[in-house]
Amino acid sequence: MNIKKGIRTQRGAKLNLKGSAEKIISNKIPSSTYALNPDDFFGLIPKLSVNEGDIVKAGDPVFFNKKEPRIKIVSPVSGTIKSINRGAKRKIEQIIIESDGNNEIRLHKVDQWETLGRKELISLLLESGSWPFIKQRPYGTIANPDDFPNAIFVSTIDTAPLGADFQYILEKKYDNFKTGLTVLNSLVDQAVFLGIDAAFSKPFENIENVQKYTVSGPHPAGNLSLHIQELSPINMGDKVWTVNAEDVANIGNFVLTGVQDLKRTIALAGSAVKYPKYFSVNIGIELSPMLSEVTITEDQVRCINGDVLSGSTSHENGYLGYYNNTVSVIPEGNDYRMFGWLPFKDNHILSLSNTSFSKLFNKKGFSVDTNLNGEERAIVVTGEMEKVFPLDLFPMQLIKACMIEDIEKMEALGIYEVVPEDFGLIDYANTSKLEAQEIIKQGIELMINEVG
Amino acid sequence: MNALRKRLDAIKKPFEKGQKLEKFAPAINAFDTFLFVPNHTTKKGAHIRDAVDLKRTMVTVIIALMPALIYGIYNTGYQYYYQMETPFTFIEAFIHGSWKIVPMIIVSYVVGLSIEFGFAVYRGHEVNEGYLVTGLLIPMIMPVDIPLWMVAISTAFAVLIAKEAFGGTGMNILNPALTARAFAFFAYPTYMSGNKVWVSEASNVEAISGETILGTLAAGGDVKYSMFEMFQGAIPGSIAETSTLWVAVGALILIVTGIGSWRIITGGILGAAVMGLLFNLWGANALMSFSWINHLIVGGFAFGIVFMATDPVSGAQTNKGKWIYGFLVGILCIMIRVFNPAYPEGVMLAILLMNVFAPTIDHYVVNGNIKKRKKRWALAQELKSA
Repeated sequence: MNIKKGIRTQRGAKLNLKGSAEKIISNKIPSSTYALNPDDFFGLIPKLSVNEGDIVKAGDPVFFNKKEPRIKIVSPVSGTIKSINRGAKRKIEQIIIESDGNNEIRLHKVDQWETLGRKELISLLLESGSWPFIKQRPYGTIANPDDFPNAIFVSTIDTAPLGADFQYILEKKYDNFKTGLTVLNSLVDQAVFLGIDAAFSKPFENIENVQKYTVSGPHPAGNLSLHIQELSPINMGDKVWTVNAEDVANIGNFVLTGVQDLKRTIALAGSAVKYPKYFSVNIGIELSPMLSEVTITEDQVRCINGDVLSGSTSHENGYLGYYNNTVSVIPEGNDYRMFGWLPFKDNHILSLSNTSFSKLFNKKGFSVDTNLNGEERAIVVTGEMEKVFPLDLFPMQLIKACMIEDIEKMEALGIYEVVPEDFGLIDYANTSKLEAQEIIKQGIELMINEVG
Repeated sequence: MNALRKRLDAIKKPFEKGQKLEKFAPAINAFDTFLFVPNHTTKKGAHIRDAVDLKRTMVTVIIALMPALIYGIYNTGYQYYYQMETPFTFIEAFIHGSWKIVPMIIVSYVVGLSIEFGFAVYRGHEVNEGYLVTGLLIPMIMPVDIPLWMVAISTAFAVLIAKEAFGGTGMNILNPALTARAFAFFAYPTYMSGNKVWVSEASNVEAISGETILGTLAAGGDVKYSMFEMFQGAIPGSIAETSTLWVAVGALILIVTGIGSWRIITGGILGAAVMGLLFNLWGANALMSFSWINHLIVGGFAFGIVFMATDPVSGAQTNKGKWIYGFLVGILCIMIRVFNPAYPEGVMLAILLMNVFAPTIDHYVVNGNIKKRKKRWALAQELKSA
């Protein structure tokens, strides 16, 4: 099947950072603790199905969604529930699982999955713990199994700075990936859309029964919001599902083997990493053994589950998140800088603004840290958000509508078409140091509570 | 650097959270962050941030204002000595100008910043840097001999009524610097127009007088300056507005750094040129037949469109809106000049008027996007029910 029309965008920015992962995969990680973090699942209220001390097999449910008990999160390994960490108001923050090394597996009956109807297939995916891989738009929550989506989108491009290379990740998983796409195809009426990097479309040539399209341009060209807006825009009441490319392979692997193997290939990258490379591990693994393998060069670092623009903060003794294919480690920037407000001073700090010469030195790549480079201020400068925002909507006006919690305006301005990470570059680039992703996230939470 | 940092940290101690002087923290922070970019790290949202911040942005605008200001200071002395018919050097002219203008800048900054600091402490937010530009703009667009107390009152009015009453930086409808000028213009008209205010010491020395070119034209007189003099700026007028040449240098700085909107500036020049051309064709009086190119280089048009209309807070905020807004500022500026000889300087009123309409322009631009979305929704609904 031929590749469809390309999505091309100029608006955005390619941030050239130091420490991108070398294409070497390491998969023997000496680790025995894993953790599941309910905060990784936006909009999910966790209810435990295990207690501290319980013994679980890989694939046994650990917790489920209180609002939709069919959605289960399963254990990535076999072992014992070591501890359940709670925060304020007894909120479940982390469930730590101590692996026993036996790799006991819960097996599902899948031998005739091709003959199953949509309904049976969905209940199989729900039962096995594959369902959380399928997310929905609007809002970016785990998909509602009762919905009929217009389309399912899978992207094999990560344009985020230091983002993982999906070509590389999928290299050894093509059969699983193809099977996964077939599974998705039977969940949707219209089409499964597959986004492909315009420069590397070759490996996907023999994949059939999906609508392929190419993508080119700077970040956030790889973000699905743009592809959905171009190819199957979300209208009020519409649902579109999205699945991470590696999770398509995970789903494929499940229906082929009957084993729910929560595999994740990650690019461990960043300017604080001496030997950045890839790891093939199970979801939820602790980070520290990997960090010591790649050697951290700074004393104070920030470990991020995800890319430096939209990832969530973890720490050196933290655990791998559920969905991210990138773990970024960059130095903390908690130091002072004299006269930093002088234009054209400190050109070693990456800047998209023309008040710095840093763009001229972009070739070698920048070492970035977490300094805010200023303080939060009122919104003054206009036009800078639009430059890094390819979607056909007004980002600043949408942010302001979210701030004043005007639901009608948020709807009209396109809240259904965005997820917080579309605003990652706006966070980065805006002069007022506004936290746009947080504002949009709160806006979406408001929409979930008020509109549903 | 480390010693200085330690000293500052010691000074800041009593202003920290839970300490005695906590309330005044914004005031001390404003000075501290002027020396050092603070050690704050990202807490939420993107983990890395651009080097640009509001301080850097505002300082860039100040740098862009410098050529016009320096020339304005020189021109003040030049006009004075030229009319006195005494020989003078560049330095003498510059000193004469500085002696007049530096006190005005000081008054504007002291009055404005005191109010800003007061509000920051009262409201418990950090001091916004916007006033660094406003405080410099106010003296730059005043006649040179305006009494300092009038500068003080105009500044106070602008900061209190045009800015803080609306909620402070980022919330104001009108450009604060232009509001200060408009206030002075209507409150003290004898100090703001006529032929005795535009040249230094004109009200005291009988031999000196000088009408602006637009004033001369409005009164039906003949312009005795060449086009080159108008462009270079060796003409009477408000302090820093006269030199289109040096304003253009500032415009270049603003456009290249991306701080000033090239859309507004280009739109404004287009609007003024179109209007000027139309009036040239009509040509009913001296102002109408004044060449459209000359309209662009005399008076405050160039200064206004480059430094005042581009204020991102009071101007239009959408890209399409910026074109429309700039274009209309240009049209209105020339129209006011020609139709209302009582206000030969049209740019001030044109920009203030368009400041009021900028949100309306944006409303229609944004609505275009909303309409497109709603149309798509309706179409999808139709398809579903069909």
